[in-house]
Amino acid sequence: MSSYPDHFKYTKEHEWVSAEGGVGTMGITFHAQKELGDIVYVDLPKPGTAVEAGKTIGSVESVKAVSDIYSPVSGEVVEVNDLLTASPEKLNEDPHGAAWLVKIKLSAPDEIKALMSTADYQTYIGAE
Amino acid sequence: MGARMVDFGGWDMPVQYSGLMDEHKTVRTAVGLFDVSHMGEIEVRGPQAFDLVNYISTNNAAKLKNGQAHYAGLLYETGCFVDDILVHKVADDSFFLCVNASNQDKDYVHIASYAPKFDVEVENAGPKYAQIAVQGPKGPATLQKLTKTELAPIKYYHFVDGEVSGTPARIARTGYTGEDGFEIYVAPSEAPRIWMELMQAGEEFGIKPAGLGARNTLRLEAKMALYGHEIDASITPLEADLSWIVKMDKGDFVGREVLQQQQAEGVKRKLVGFEMTARGIGRDGYEVHIDGKPAGWVTSGGPAPTLNKNIGMCYVPTEHARIGQPIQVIVRNLPVDAITVPTPFYKRPK
Repeated sequence: MSSYPDHFKYTKEHEWVSAEGGVGTMGITFHAQKELGDIVYVDLPKPGTAVEAGKTIGSVESVKAVSDIYSPVSGEVVEVNDLLTASPEKLNEDPHGAAWLVKIKLSAPDEIKALMSTADYQTYIGAE
Repeated sequence: MGARMVDFGGWDMPVQYSGLMDEHKTVRTAVGLFDVSHMGEIEVRGPQAFDLVNYISTNNAAKLKNGQAHYAGLLYETGCFVDDILVHKVADDSFFLCVNASNQDKDYVHIASYAPKFDVEVENAGPKYAQIAVQGPKGPATLQKLTKTELAPIKYYHFVDGEVSGTPARIARTGYTGEDGFEIYVAPSEAPRIWMELMQAGEEFGIKPAGLGARNTLRLEAKMALYGHEIDASITPLEADLSWIVKMDKGDFVGREVLQQQQAEGVKRKLVGFEMTARGIGRDGYEVHIDGKPAGWVTSGGPAPTLNKNIGMCYVPTEHARIGQPIQVIVRNLPVDAITVPTPFYKRPK
């Protein structure tokens, strides 16, 4: 569960992104869901929304807290994970897989290079 | 134990162990163990202990028998809260007050300031006690395994001075979860051992340690006030829907004059419970609108694990403080529909 895929890149705000063919799939990390605890609500942007790297695109709520979600990349939202509307708890179960949040058509693909590698992120969170 | 710790008023406190939702449900269905040693204790002793206690608190301590406790407000002359407290009558000349952790020193100074007029001794007794709460339907059975003190005859909001696992303990049938159970007060040096023994004693019932997170959702479902949220130094018990702890006919007490005036004129705002009817969660501090205009604020709010709803409490103008009033909670700049509902949100089956 707590493996951090090598092809992911990570933000300091605990989002991950994985780019393929000009589209980045993003989510929140295992560490983030663990810190939040039982997730009960996820608020995501609609397809077509323009997003900017480092800016808020939504929020995730656990029983005890609300946390903003920041976009790791700039571009346009092309797909939103509907699974999370009905089953937000999936974010606790599979944050790096089935519970991805949105797919973004990248407007500046080079942005990803500036994000943390898996090894750097694991060091950043104190290696789990 | 795998606890996640947070700083809570200067105390390192376990916010959760196995997960808030899991802990919450364990307390509702079996038994949970809370380390609430941060709670403060103040002792009032002496020939006029009753007179001082009754003067500084809103409830009527004359109604208490030895071994009985009640909930009360500790007020300023302004009628607003210094704190909310549990008053235990140990003997005619001895009272034991359980107060909020972060208010302990303030409460002590406040109470001690009235003491010179009475023949009493007031002691800030926090360091003498650790407190463990054993809460849930299996709480009594769990605790009974560790004590010769017979628990069944101890009624709700009563206590006895007995022993737990051979060490002196004040055993009170009180709690902050809306469930049956006990709060026990023991010497801090004995607490870690008793905690471990309670965990073992409760194993057959599925006992789990529970943290501050679950404590908060449990008390919210039971509509119990939390200082700094429903009540504080700008709010009176009449506004906070706590008129049942204000006994105007008992004689003079601190804050009475203001409350009497407020009672005569009517309060301008009142605490009510609400339930979200649209998608969204109203949380502490969120603004409340009625008919599109600012009307109040959420004091505590969030998902209710037992009820599978998003609930909360909020202040609204008295004219809107009726059950069934549509309100909007402003969630990240957007109004989300909610409706006021009867409280408590959760009541344990008898």
